[in-house]
Amino acid sequence: MANETINLLEKRKRQIHEGGEFVMEAEKQSLAGSVSQRSCSFCGSRVVLYPIADALHVVHGPIGCASYTWDIRGSLSSGPELHRLSFSTDMQEKDVIYGGETKLYHALIELIDEYKPNAAFVYTTCIIGVIGDDVTAICKKVEAEKNIPVIAVDSEGFKGSKKEGYKAACDALFKIVGTDDVKEKVPKSINILGDFNIAGEIWVIKDYYERMGVEVVCSVSGDGRVEDIRKAGRAQLNIVQCSGSVSNLAKMLEHEYGTPMMRASYFGIEDMSKALYDVADFFNDDEMHDAAARVIQEEVTQLVPQLAPYRKDLKGKKAAVYTGGAFKVFSLVRSLRTIGMDVVIAGSQTGSVEDYKMLMELCDPGTVILDDTNPLELAKYVKEKNVDLFIGGVKERPIAFKLGVGFCDHNHERKEALAGFIGMLNFAKEVHSSVMSPVWQFAPRKQEVT
Amino acid sequence: MSCKCGKTCAPVESPANICTTEDKAKCGCGPAPEATPLTGKNFTATRNACKLCAPLGACLAFRGIEGCLPFLHGSQGCATYIRRYMISHFREPMDIASSNFGEESVVFGGRGNLNEGLKHVIEGYKPKVIGIATTCLAETIGDDVHMYVKDFIKENEGSISIPHLLHASTPSYAGSHADGYQWAVRAIVDQLAVDGPNEKFIGVFPGMISPADLRHLREIMDDFGMQFSIVPDYSDPLDGPVWGEYHRIPEGGTPVSEISKLGRASAIIELASTIADKQSAATLLDEKFSTAVFRVGLPIGIRQSDKFYKVLEQITGRPTPAKHAGERGRLIDAYVDGHKYAFGKKVVIFGEEDFVVGLTAFCAEIGLKPVLCASGGKSGKLKTCIRDAAPELDPETEILEGVDFAEIEVAVNHLKPDLLIGNSKGFSVSRKTSVPLVRVGFPIHDRVSGSRTLHLGYRGAQRLFDTLVDKLMEMKQDGNDIGYTYI
Repeated sequence: MANETINLLEKRKRQIHEGGEFVMEAEKQSLAGSVSQRSCSFCGSRVVLYPIADALHVVHGPIGCASYTWDIRGSLSSGPELHRLSFSTDMQEKDVIYGGETKLYHALIELIDEYKPNAAFVYTTCIIGVIGDDVTAICKKVEAEKNIPVIAVDSEGFKGSKKEGYKAACDALFKIVGTDDVKEKVPKSINILGDFNIAGEIWVIKDYYERMGVEVVCSVSGDGRVEDIRKAGRAQLNIVQCSGSVSNLAKMLEHEYGTPMMRASYFGIEDMSKALYDVADFFNDDEMHDAAARVIQEEVTQLVPQLAPYRKDLKGKKAAVYTGGAFKVFSLVRSLRTIGMDVVIAGSQTGSVEDYKMLMELCDPGTVILDDTNPLELAKYVKEKNVDLFIGGVKERPIAFKLGVGFCDHNHERKEALAGFIGMLNFAKEVHSSVMSPVWQFAPRKQEVT
Repeated sequence: MSCKCGKTCAPVESPANICTTEDKAKCGCGPAPEATPLTGKNFTATRNACKLCAPLGACLAFRGIEGCLPFLHGSQGCATYIRRYMISHFREPMDIASSNFGEESVVFGGRGNLNEGLKHVIEGYKPKVIGIATTCLAETIGDDVHMYVKDFIKENEGSISIPHLLHASTPSYAGSHADGYQWAVRAIVDQLAVDGPNEKFIGVFPGMISPADLRHLREIMDDFGMQFSIVPDYSDPLDGPVWGEYHRIPEGGTPVSEISKLGRASAIIELASTIADKQSAATLLDEKFSTAVFRVGLPIGIRQSDKFYKVLEQITGRPTPAKHAGERGRLIDAYVDGHKYAFGKKVVIFGEEDFVVGLTAFCAEIGLKPVLCASGGKSGKLKTCIRDAAPELDPETEILEGVDFAEIEVAVNHLKPDLLIGNSKGFSVSRKTSVPLVRVGFPIHDRVSGSRTLHLGYRGAQRLFDTLVDKLMEMKQDGNDIGYTYI
């Protein structure tokens, strides 16, 4: 219980880097009983497709998976909001015994009649494969009757971590791409892939690109629309944010439509600026490059003086960062540096060995790097490193708060736009409002120090 | 049969002369159009569920045992989703281990993963108890967890120190989170309680209530001066202080030693109304050890609380302590002061069935007019239990089991209530219908006070009454342009 040293499980040691020679392992199945912060394939598929606002999202299985993902994320839509509803076939015992195909069929027909979506995604949950429901056949039948794409998403939870679910979601998306039968490319155009329009972030990014004279053909999947996804093959470049979630779609688009892909992150001044310049460089367009420079200059000139007071307060404070994908961690390390903070713990649920190697090189020596960690390990290092701030998702929040440490939600449930230049300011405010709160004076951690 | 429109309603030879549906709407003849149900069209799918899955309830119950780590046998996502859902309500650590099924566990069974998982939890968390609940996947592939656990103990005895391994079967296709909670409590008692000479103490099965409720329940029992044990009691594990050091498992909860004594208790109180005998831990104790069982509904409001206090008086042979009698007196005084604001105001109540029974009884006794009492649960008993607990309830009041929030929304549009009373998942209905929501029960994901929301006893009724009447007064004040400073 309390006051006991937390020891690492033997089998977990190779997924942790505490310094010295780099010999990390990653991309392994979570250790049973380790209380991983990861989720499952279903979660991965749900995350990627969730923001498509004019599609019906039907979870085929018992009720839990639908209940826990109802209106779960802050993905905004500029129009329809079908994605904020939760639909489930709510399988009962007799459905498990006799099969759920009929139930799924009726559920889909009725829902499509009622909500008139432009497509329907049917997510399979753990037991569906086991009981042998032919979901694809039902989807085909409904598709023929209702004349909209009805797509089975192969997302049984046990199939792996979120990554396998991402892949299933990308396969589902790719089935829609090109169905408008228009092939020619849109000049100076991009797709924004892997942004989910949390708190309206995609609108911020889109505005920057449009100010540069770039047309955004399709966003996957933030503020997503079925019609736009049909057109995804027509962009000249795919900008891929978020480590793994839509990389597969980008690869398929490259293979099928010859669209090259480019990695980007919209968090922090450096990465945001790079994301704009890289696009201008890709199009090899001086005018566009100048426009990007103007956008960046206008935004940064406004931003920097506003960051100064936060930086003054936060200088030298220590942070821990643990996210789903590893790519965001890089941006966060840089963003935190912008406001004077040092990262002493960094990790992700699904990073690769290469990601962690790069992370180690980016971070200060002695930074603890964690792959697929758990509450006990996080608590151990938060305590040992005496951090002032934890950046993560809802599951990490109580670990920070219980130890008297500030917290910034950088996951899908956040309600603050943290991307773009304006997002950097919001980020600084968020961090500042937690780290500088006077409430920590009452926490045992601070009382021990004084 | 001739119609106002000159045509005929009965089948005739010349179809042109039949009064069509369209005609009927104009002339008002023929059979009345089929009444649309209050909740709208019937849908096969559940839309915006008013329930969660059974393993969540089991994890909550296991969290209320001292030194216990909940463990879900199934895929990683189940544990993670349930953790996230509960953390957003309780705002406390909620570690749940998982046996982390992969494809090979589905094909060959999850025994290997369970064994490995248990070993890692024992090593990492050093728990006194591991509470294993099964997910729908483990149930569907037919994993015999009971046998696996027995074998695990046999194989590892002597080499590692094995905690109590409890197991509840919680298939989510057979019931909701409220059922899962009861199944787990029954399993805990079944696997721990042993016979012996009677002891002077009371066992309490409190139902799915808030940490604040559990704490108040403890205070009531303490004040009656009786030895007691609340099973489970997650008040401390799910509403604790900030720590200096991280606690592997938060302190508090009912010790195993107390649960094992339940077979010897002088009386058992089960706070439940819609529970089936086969899921009741109290019934189990009665069957196994002939323990005296008192079942009362959740003590929400004066009448329901009176029943509970009466049971305590009966068991202990002592009168209700003056402190509590005083609270009751002041509560009635508050009822009197605020009755006019509440009278006749229409409310829609939703949540777990037992909770809805208690809340409805309370609302009815203060003059509110419940127009719909709804739950996602399906005990088959909701109607009877509500009618018993709130006899003055309008016979017209709709009492519905197995409904979802999409149906509740249709009903709210039709019934035009003044308030919605229930968990925060009702907010989408509130937003769309512009009927304010007063948040009670579980979950409350959009306020900070979930753990501290008190509903039970005279004190809980006082809090509920103040919250509801204050809200109604605020609505009255804000509902006109005058800006009354006295309401």
